[in-house]
Amino acid sequence: MKTTRRNFIQQTALFTSVFTLGFDWFESKGASMAIAAEPGRFNAFLSIDALGKIRLYSPNPEIGQGIKTAFPVVVAEELDVEWKQVEVLQANLDTQNFERQLTGGSGALKHSWDRLRKAGATVRQMMVQAAANQWKVDASTCKTSKGFVLGPAGQKASYGSLAAEASKVPVPTTVTFKDRKDYKIIGTRVRGVDNRAIVTGKPVFGLDIRKPGMVFAQIVRPPFGATLKSFSADDVKKMPGILDVVSFKNKVAIVGTSTYEIMQARQQLTCSYGSDAPLESNSTHQEWFDAGMKSDKATVQRKDGDFAKAIAESVKVIEATYECPFISHSPMEPMNFFADVKPGAVILAGPTQVPQPAQKAVAALLGVPENTIQVELSKMGGGFGRRLNNDFALEAAELSSIIKKPVLVMWTREDDMGGGVYRPAVRYHFKAGIDANGNISAFYLRGVGLNAGNSTRQDNFPVGAIDHVLIESVDQKSAVSTGPWRAPITNFLGFAEQAFLDEVAEAAGKDPIKMRLDLLDRVKSKPVGKITYEPERFEEVIKQVAEKSKWNKKPGIFQGFSVYYSHLSYVAQVADVVITNGKSRVSHVTTVTDCGEVVNLSGAENQVKGAIIDGMGHAMFAKLNLQAGVTSPTNFNAYRMIRGNEIPTIDVHFVDNGIAPTGLGEPALPPTGGSIANAIYAASKKRFYKQPFY
Amino acid sequence: MAITLTINRKKVSLDIDSNTPLLWALRDHVGLLGTKYGCGIAQCGACTVWVNGEPMRSCVLPISAVGNAQITTIEGLDPAGNHPVQAAWDELDVAQCGYCQAGQIMTAAALLKKNPHPSKQEIVDGMAGNICRCGTYHRIQEAVQLASKKIKK
Repeated sequence: MKTTRRNFIQQTALFTSVFTLGFDWFESKGASMAIAAEPGRFNAFLSIDALGKIRLYSPNPEIGQGIKTAFPVVVAEELDVEWKQVEVLQANLDTQNFERQLTGGSGALKHSWDRLRKAGATVRQMMVQAAANQWKVDASTCKTSKGFVLGPAGQKASYGSLAAEASKVPVPTTVTFKDRKDYKIIGTRVRGVDNRAIVTGKPVFGLDIRKPGMVFAQIVRPPFGATLKSFSADDVKKMPGILDVVSFKNKVAIVGTSTYEIMQARQQLTCSYGSDAPLESNSTHQEWFDAGMKSDKATVQRKDGDFAKAIAESVKVIEATYECPFISHSPMEPMNFFADVKPGAVILAGPTQVPQPAQKAVAALLGVPENTIQVELSKMGGGFGRRLNNDFALEAAELSSIIKKPVLVMWTREDDMGGGVYRPAVRYHFKAGIDANGNISAFYLRGVGLNAGNSTRQDNFPVGAIDHVLIESVDQKSAVSTGPWRAPITNFLGFAEQAFLDEVAEAAGKDPIKMRLDLLDRVKSKPVGKITYEPERFEEVIKQVAEKSKWNKKPGIFQGFSVYYSHLSYVAQVADVVITNGKSRVSHVTTVTDCGEVVNLSGAENQVKGAIIDGMGHAMFAKLNLQAGVTSPTNFNAYRMIRGNEIPTIDVHFVDNGIAPTGLGEPALPPTGGSIANAIYAASKKRFYKQPFY
Repeated sequence: MAITLTINRKKVSLDIDSNTPLLWALRDHVGLLGTKYGCGIAQCGACTVWVNGEPMRSCVLPISAVGNAQITTIEGLDPAGNHPVQAAWDELDVAQCGYCQAGQIMTAAALLKKNPHPSKQEIVDGMAGNICRCGTYHRIQEAVQLASKKIKK
């Protein structure tokens, strides 16, 4: 990745009536905006044709996070056009012209905000200059509105009519952005650009890919840690519609002409597996957690002051252990990928959050140059992190290279749920010491994760507010594959920490909100060591949620509070629980988010509500068991997903501060388990220490 | 032996195993890709189509059981997308990833056909069989209400 790039914007007149600007989405540093000396290395292309039609190629894969709508909203705003004039198209992988063509980490908008604004504002300014030249007036006397330049004497010219002339105007070196009070599109509710395709059932997903000569395949994968010893495919091959049965990398692929025939034939396949080490089960993992908690080889992630001394001197000690299982991402569209491997030309197509790594990995696998591999992006039927791992693309490519046919590999729901790359299982142990003044003087966390890497977030709140801190992690290797799951690590750490702080507040005799605010006061005046968050922004979401949720002012309602900072955004929540017929039910969640500027209010609300429902459903219900390397359950009959009759009402609020936008696909999830668990505790005096709760 | 199905008012003759679930017949043999596979065991509702106007899980419905029934898929609801349910879905910006929405829409449209003005609770209950992993449930319920209002006009 380059660290500096001055050639932010490049003007290329393709033909007289079309004005095309290439702009770099990733690398605009500061205000400099020089014309590139040569074409190439652009990240996206904005075109305006003679009819005023604006086309924008959105480089980042759309996974349901709304980026395909939010990106062009920003460009259209600064361009000063009407939303209906904009057409958005999904770009395929283009490493020559795009960078950061990926979806993950809630990072797309965060990385592109300035680039997108510059792209729009620059073209707007060039349109103005072209009109000013034509009318022989000073550009500063002209204005723009709805895709027109307006002159001082009432002149009016559409962007389309100016496109050819504007393409000859020098690219301005500085541009002026709109004042946010003048925003007409940003902050409004903009419908998703794919809505019409979705509601009419257009084939836009990976499983909808159809190519000439294509065959279908399903792959039987081994238990975690096992190797394929032998398999019997004779009966399978005799089944109708079956073209081939091949094996690679401990897997068996069944190739056929239709999905149902492959599913039928698959039942005839018998595989025999072996393993060098004992295959893992739930009990193995419990032993590993126990050992990890006792281990003297933990990695120290953070050390402030002297924890051991402080905890020994504290008046009260609170300890708690939290644990979560492996869970599957379970996007509604299971994994799948298309590959057509021919000598000198490879086509990959399908849903991946990270197309460029797919290209690189397939190039390495097949031993072919990257530039012979074309990657077409489809819309993704969800991903939640699962499609960051390109195992499905590699499999499809390898299979196509073996059978020498274009092939669409489909994972059944059972394949998808049993196929790994799970949210890692983790156990946390927290310890807090309270001093004679009722303040937290010592704080300890050890995380033991199975293929979790660092399972802590050592520089996040409440760290920074406490003098004596020790944070450690142990990463236990497992044969079970893991990967990022929406709000990696914090999806469970957020719950554990917020539930623990609720216990600490109770032990200290403090209101949980007051305790957070006191801690943040401490950070504002004198933070302890390095912190990654801004205490003022934290404070603001807490204060707002206390007010909007009527904290402690709802008779008959039991409330639970949580707040968490992740992906540069701040989310505070209050959950309300009612008791009917002796049963606790989460009836309502009030949430305040600081994600900076809200680009598309409709999409932003969708992300927050979706993340809360997601967080709630998985905290309550989701669990995979492991027996001899095989996980269960395998489908939605036993792996319970939250449904529409189980959701609380949700009030979504955003802090209106105009700060550059930060992530929103993930940040509302981590606080959710905590707010509902704390509310259920308030109602029932029952604490949850394990997910799933039920 | 060929089986003739009536899909979106067109007769389609298929020479495939009569045990083939309607979902796979639609997707692999008829070329109608709007109906989605989600679980294959009638749990998630992504594959919902109408059989004689009744919402059915096409993933577990063999074509042999369909007979002469009228099958309606998302493509046949209103190809222009102007059915009140489709319009409401667009207007309220329901979809996130969009994958489950064909099944949601077919379920909602069938619900409103039977009961054009359902109560809030009837909507919640009527839509509870369809999973949305993105968690668009609030807007699904609101969109059914909006579609109901559109029908009133």
